[in-house]
Amino acid sequence: MSGNMNLTLKVWRQKNASDTGRIETYPAKNISPDMSFLEMLDVVNEDLIKEGKDPIAFDHDCREGICGMCSMYINGRAHGPNKGVTACQLHMRSFKNGDTIIIEPWRAAAFPVLRDLIVDRTALEKIQQAGGFVSVNTGSAPDANAIPVPKWNADEAFNAAACIGCGACVAACKNSSAMLFMSAKVSQYALLPQGKAEAKMRVTNMLKVHDEQGFGACTNTEACEAECPKGISVSNIARMNREYAAAMLAGE
Amino acid sequence: MTLDSKIPAGPLSEKWDRHKFNLKLVNPANKRRYDVIIVGTGLAGASAAASLAELGYNVKTFCFQDSPRRAHSIAAQGGINAAKNYRNDGDSVYRLFYDTIKGGDYRAREANVHRLAQVSVNIIDQCVAQGVPFAREYGGLLDNRSFGGAQVSRTFYAKGQTGQQLLLGAYSAMNRMVGSGQIKSYTRHEMLELVMVDGQARGIIARDMVTGEIERHSAHAVVLCTGGYGNVFYLTTYARGSNATAIWRAHKKGAFFGNPCMTQIHPTCIPVSGDHQSKLTLMSESLRNDGRIWVPKQKGDPRPPADIPEDDRDYYLERRYPSFGNLVPRDIASRAAKDMCDKGYGVGKTGLAVYLDFSDAINRLGEKAVEAKYGNLFDMYKQITGDNPYKTPMMIYPAVHYTMGGLWVDYNLMTTIPGLYACGEANFSDHGANRLGASALMQGLADGYFVLPYTIGDYLAGVERKPIANDTPEFMEAEKAVKERLNKLLSIKGKKTVHDFHRELGLIMWNHCGMGRNEQGLKEGIVKMRALREEFWKDLLVPGSDNELNQNLEKAGRVADYLELGELMMVDALERKESCGGHFREEYQTPEGEALRDDDNFAYVAAWEYKGDNQAHQLHKEELEYEFIQRSQRSYK
Repeated sequence: MSGNMNLTLKVWRQKNASDTGRIETYPAKNISPDMSFLEMLDVVNEDLIKEGKDPIAFDHDCREGICGMCSMYINGRAHGPNKGVTACQLHMRSFKNGDTIIIEPWRAAAFPVLRDLIVDRTALEKIQQAGGFVSVNTGSAPDANAIPVPKWNADEAFNAAACIGCGACVAACKNSSAMLFMSAKVSQYALLPQGKAEAKMRVTNMLKVHDEQGFGACTNTEACEAECPKGISVSNIARMNREYAAAMLAGE
Repeated sequence: MTLDSKIPAGPLSEKWDRHKFNLKLVNPANKRRYDVIIVGTGLAGASAAASLAELGYNVKTFCFQDSPRRAHSIAAQGGINAAKNYRNDGDSVYRLFYDTIKGGDYRAREANVHRLAQVSVNIIDQCVAQGVPFAREYGGLLDNRSFGGAQVSRTFYAKGQTGQQLLLGAYSAMNRMVGSGQIKSYTRHEMLELVMVDGQARGIIARDMVTGEIERHSAHAVVLCTGGYGNVFYLTTYARGSNATAIWRAHKKGAFFGNPCMTQIHPTCIPVSGDHQSKLTLMSESLRNDGRIWVPKQKGDPRPPADIPEDDRDYYLERRYPSFGNLVPRDIASRAAKDMCDKGYGVGKTGLAVYLDFSDAINRLGEKAVEAKYGNLFDMYKQITGDNPYKTPMMIYPAVHYTMGGLWVDYNLMTTIPGLYACGEANFSDHGANRLGASALMQGLADGYFVLPYTIGDYLAGVERKPIANDTPEFMEAEKAVKERLNKLLSIKGKKTVHDFHRELGLIMWNHCGMGRNEQGLKEGIVKMRALREEFWKDLLVPGSDNELNQNLEKAGRVADYLELGELMMVDALERKESCGGHFREEYQTPEGEALRDDDNFAYVAAWEYKGDNQAHQLHKEELEYEFIQRSQRSYK
């Protein structure tokens, strides 16, 4: 088809967590600009399998930019060159014929590589389990309209809650900090009356686990916001810091 | 075996309350002596896991993703229905019940649907208390929008990411219980077999998808919340990993499969762009609130859509269904789009698309207001197609989106295997032959938060309170069978990849069991499916081994199951000699081309029993008694 491209891929290959890993080179032939980036990898993988080679393992699921499963560094950028886009929503029309594309996994001490481009993000789960919730048992809720929430707060809470937990912020950060990820959850609840009761405990517990899991401190360089596919704002980190200061003053 | 739906007696509105009182309870001290396995962590699984753990049961959850938060409920866009009547526009529990029964083309159980409508209001309360940031008005109260098949505004939403926010709410509730040790969460694990002991479900065999290790997990009850089986069709709006393996394994162990042919084709998806395509993306039904669907009146009109004047456009839904207009139910909107394209009025490169146009709404409300409501959907559309829907109409076409069929369950959500439950899309129960928009989220959460926590106790109260051993012959045999099957898939070493087979399978299903079905096509489809299955087991090529992370091996097992399930779907479609909801048999239609039901002969749930490999399934019928609603020909005109 006219307009189709031939590309060269340089891909991180690593058999398992204990393998050292290396970059390997593969051609990607006859790639349509309408393909998504992952569909391009599908095509390459089908060729690899038929040549008797190991296909490139990569995480993916919804392929519509919402599940947060896909996670790869493309040409030195988390999720690739386009702003506000996950790798699965990146389309090949963003590249041109003859391009060389370098594909690597998320790099962070807290995210060990499991295979090729797949990393273990269990550390993010642990942060959520430490306090990313409102303690309300099923069945004990009052009527949904009993507590009015100003629209601005609800909208801001939504904007924070739109985080998809992909870990791009960690991968983009020189310190591998998960502050943006964590602050999005802290902010969502800090902005809503429902989250107030345990606000101090939440931020303290989550931060403790964040550090235990091997994530670094905030660099204040805002690389996280720049690379976040969902546009989560660094103002959430500022809000979290205020929440944390308040918790410290209260002696939590 | 006779099917007992266990629908309680009494007036419709009192059935659930009476039933709850009659259910046996497990006292709080004893709950900790029961283990429950939950497979799948979408809305149904996460809500069930959190609620059961809060009650004190020991819960183990399993998901194939790296986090429960990634389950495909996350992708639901438009909203969740609830009979709150906050708009003062005439809504009620009864109206939501009525709309759902009618929307399902009178093929759902009255008692289940009424219960669903009743608990819908509690779901919204629960989610708000969890901190789910629903859309609100300036007064601080919750906003609503309208959805297909209803004339009231009862849909609660969070932009076009309602599923995400509801799932993250359920996930947060689950996390709280993981943190407290009441839930053990197994991620990157896939259930590959159900284990039965003395005719009861007592555990599962799961594969650790990182190491390849096969694990035996025992429990006093097993709950499958693994979603639908639409990926049989290959190109769908499902996540790539969504699969039918858990329910199909359970089916082969004795759980009847209900209404397998009932598939929902969603009318507003981004059309296929080429052979490379790996999935289709939905554009939320909520867009039909403000978008108008049309095609040019002149076939093959070469003008760009903006240059086609009003008089040359056919707003065919508004023309054919003036009272519901663009908000007719999904099955009707999908068939109408197919109908227009089949007649040659389709647009775009392939002619398999219609316009969804927002210019009226943008003129009326302003671009900003439209962006506030649908911004993320417009962005997604732009990413995928390269077109800007603020400037030019979207192009859409129907795609497989949901399966109304699933494991047959009784009123308690128990399958025909004692101790095995199915919740959410994995069961067949509440949507009849067609699901209304914004009702999947409602059903998943209703099952998990408010139904299963009551009904599972009734079963567990009768189960001995001692731990279930996982090294009994039943477990060892199931483990062995799983290993043998994996080895078999790896040892074929043929020439075609699992993707090759999946694509071929999808084409057979779409061409023979898609939006329109007929006797001859279905019979041909079954023959093709059998041939493909035979070829699969002779010519499959799976790289790698079973003791490593192997995505092709995972997928091969799933496709092997689809190749059997796909045949059953066609067998069921062949058996149901009527049209209803999403099941459209071309031989049975009204003169206007609408679905023609046959209540005298087909007012039943088809529950299929597995009888052995290469043997015909046995059909059991659960007659649907309509005590409270008068069935009629559905009309949205």
